[in-house]
Amino acid sequence: MQNVFLAIVLAPLIGAITAGLLGVSRRVAHSVTISAVAISFLLSLYVFYEIIFAGAAPFNISLYTWLESGNIRLELGFLVDSLSVLMMVVVTFVSLMVHIYTVGYMHDDPGYQRFFSYINLFTFSMLMLVMSNNFVQLFFGWEAVGVVSYLLIGFWFNKETAIYANLKAFLVNRVGDFGFILGIAAVLMAFNSLDYAEVFGLAQQGQYPETISLFSGIEWSMMTVICILLFIGAMGKSAQFPLHVWLPDSMEGPTPISALIHAATMVTAGIFMVARMSPLFELSETALSFVLIIGAITAFFMGLLAIVQNDIKRVIAYSTLSQLGYMTVALGASAYAAGIFHLMTHAFFKALLFLGAGSVILAMHHEQDMRKMGGLKKYLPITYITILIGSLALIGAPGFSGFFSKDAIIEAAYHAYEAERFGAGFAYYAVLLSVFVTALYTFRMFFLTFHGKERMDKHTREHLRESPWVVTIPLILLAIPSLLIGIFTITPLLFGHYFDGAIFVNNNPFNPEHYHGVLNFIGHAFLQPPVWLAAAGVGTAVFFYLIRPELPGILAERTKLIYDLLVEKYYLDRFNDWFFAGGLRNLGSVLWKIGDVKVIDGFINGSAHLVGTVSKLIRQIQTGFLYHYAFAMILGLAVLLSIFVFGTA
Amino acid sequence: MPGLHEFLMLGAVLFCLSITGIFLNRKNLLILLMCIELMLLSVNMNFIAFSYFNADIVGQIFVFFILTVAAAESAIGLAIVVVLFRNKNTINVNDLDTLKG
Repeated sequence: MQNVFLAIVLAPLIGAITAGLLGVSRRVAHSVTISAVAISFLLSLYVFYEIIFAGAAPFNISLYTWLESGNIRLELGFLVDSLSVLMMVVVTFVSLMVHIYTVGYMHDDPGYQRFFSYINLFTFSMLMLVMSNNFVQLFFGWEAVGVVSYLLIGFWFNKETAIYANLKAFLVNRVGDFGFILGIAAVLMAFNSLDYAEVFGLAQQGQYPETISLFSGIEWSMMTVICILLFIGAMGKSAQFPLHVWLPDSMEGPTPISALIHAATMVTAGIFMVARMSPLFELSETALSFVLIIGAITAFFMGLLAIVQNDIKRVIAYSTLSQLGYMTVALGASAYAAGIFHLMTHAFFKALLFLGAGSVILAMHHEQDMRKMGGLKKYLPITYITILIGSLALIGAPGFSGFFSKDAIIEAAYHAYEAERFGAGFAYYAVLLSVFVTALYTFRMFFLTFHGKERMDKHTREHLRESPWVVTIPLILLAIPSLLIGIFTITPLLFGHYFDGAIFVNNNPFNPEHYHGVLNFIGHAFLQPPVWLAAAGVGTAVFFYLIRPELPGILAERTKLIYDLLVEKYYLDRFNDWFFAGGLRNLGSVLWKIGDVKVIDGFINGSAHLVGTVSKLIRQIQTGFLYHYAFAMILGLAVLLSIFVFGTA
Repeated sequence: MPGLHEFLMLGAVLFCLSITGIFLNRKNLLILLMCIELMLLSVNMNFIAFSYFNADIVGQIFVFFILTVAAAESAIGLAIVVVLFRNKNTINVNDLDTLKG
């Protein structure tokens, strides 16, 4: 099995090296990288089968010790259980689809090989992240996906905005990663180990210091500190408020990576990480409340922003933020399984939506503004149907995959509310209202793009045609799980024993006794508000964008204050630019003018000046006249002689 | 025949003359060189006096060495003065203050 794991991880790495460093042709580049990911995917499926169906025990293998320092052993190893194998399958499947799609999407791009090399490298990093059995390897994968994300956002490095966006992504992620590495350090401090199994074991037995004194005199709960620090890492990577600002800008990158990295896989690394750390998070009620509130804020307020965006990719990006908020709420409500479930369904339908948007963009000659689209339904039939499936899954239409996961999360939030977890009430209403918001912005995007008047210029309209098969096949292949995966997986994932041994929950919000099969779940949903809220959202979108398309503009005029607030993204970017970027610049300039110029330069120049002044005085002794020197010599001789003659007496 | 005392006095007088010459002379580099020669001679005088009164021939041999070196030295000194004059067109000591700080 060890060799299988190695093959899964190393195949994409070899692909990345081949495509990136060996200077191969386009054909070879995409063949090698696609087969590498295909190998990973098939082997992941095999491992999945072994673990889930053949009943193999979870694998926890240490491959290699690369550092031993005192009691600390840093190892390279794999922990493959039901949680990580699920992630492996999702990651490699979406990655495979995106690889195939890229062949069509990046067809004319001069950086073709580079792109394939990057996305293969990403697959490698992501697999290292999810398969890790210790914190250091997790951190390695964590940083590696960050680097690849940085490289890919700035893939078109001639574009000013792309460079700004990738720098922003990198810097914001640094903030999160700083918390993350502090969290890892805290884990090391508390447990004296970085191995998952060991740490979780000790945590379950309660063998760790109860408190930690961060500032003298104030004692903090050790577990809360660890969990919040780790979660700050997740906030950066999974774009949770207030570290979400990088994700919308990351849409500057090519669409396939928006689908792969910034929707389906990398941004969910934080969710995965928290689910993996469930034995720790379960021990800190405070940290869970924190997670819950952050997730709820992200889910609701980022969803609102999607309503006013005109760039098709940005709508989906804000939707991703909102959905990540949902997953975070699930984590905060101790429903890790629901979070991972939503992660999985979201990976499929959001990748589908992004790739579909990419197909639209491709047909529109790289035009992303929805105001210049409309009526694309008849030109792009396959894209239309697949995006419709993705949208329905996103809003949680009954029976679609997103429905099950989202409903589960809302239920879990309600459960936490009943259990009186702090912040759960707010979270419950936030996710509930978000259902309406989600439906509204999703179908706004959908109608603006595919229905209504054709607003593109004549030239574009003449060239409109459905994308090539390498683009549509991944759409179809992603549409199938978007439609169906929920029905088949909800029972084992949420109510069965799928995650036993991988995720620990003290008080499981999903009680199998109240669950009577999928159909019953769907039927029951019609008695609950979410479905009707979603329907209301769709209805609103129909009214505003199909029946009375002139209304949104008028509404925006009337509510200028709110509209501006949304368009300006709550002024968070402005605030960051002004407070953090500007503040740091000002601080830097103060330090430069006072600290550097006055103090340091003053000290250095001052000492040089002092030496100069003293030298100037001493220099006067050097007259240049020979007889003065001779006199000095004789005087010296006389003095020495006197000492010699009289000194001894 | 004067005694050792007188000879040493003579040496001291010669030495003081030469020092005074160096200090008082503000004009001519040649006089400076001559004063240095005189200084060496005063030392020689001491050597010879001690050599004679101590009946030790080594002192007089030493004087020969000093005389040789002094001759060579004044030859070099004069040569330098000639070159200096060629370059600066003066051997006035007061004008030669290139080393002034």
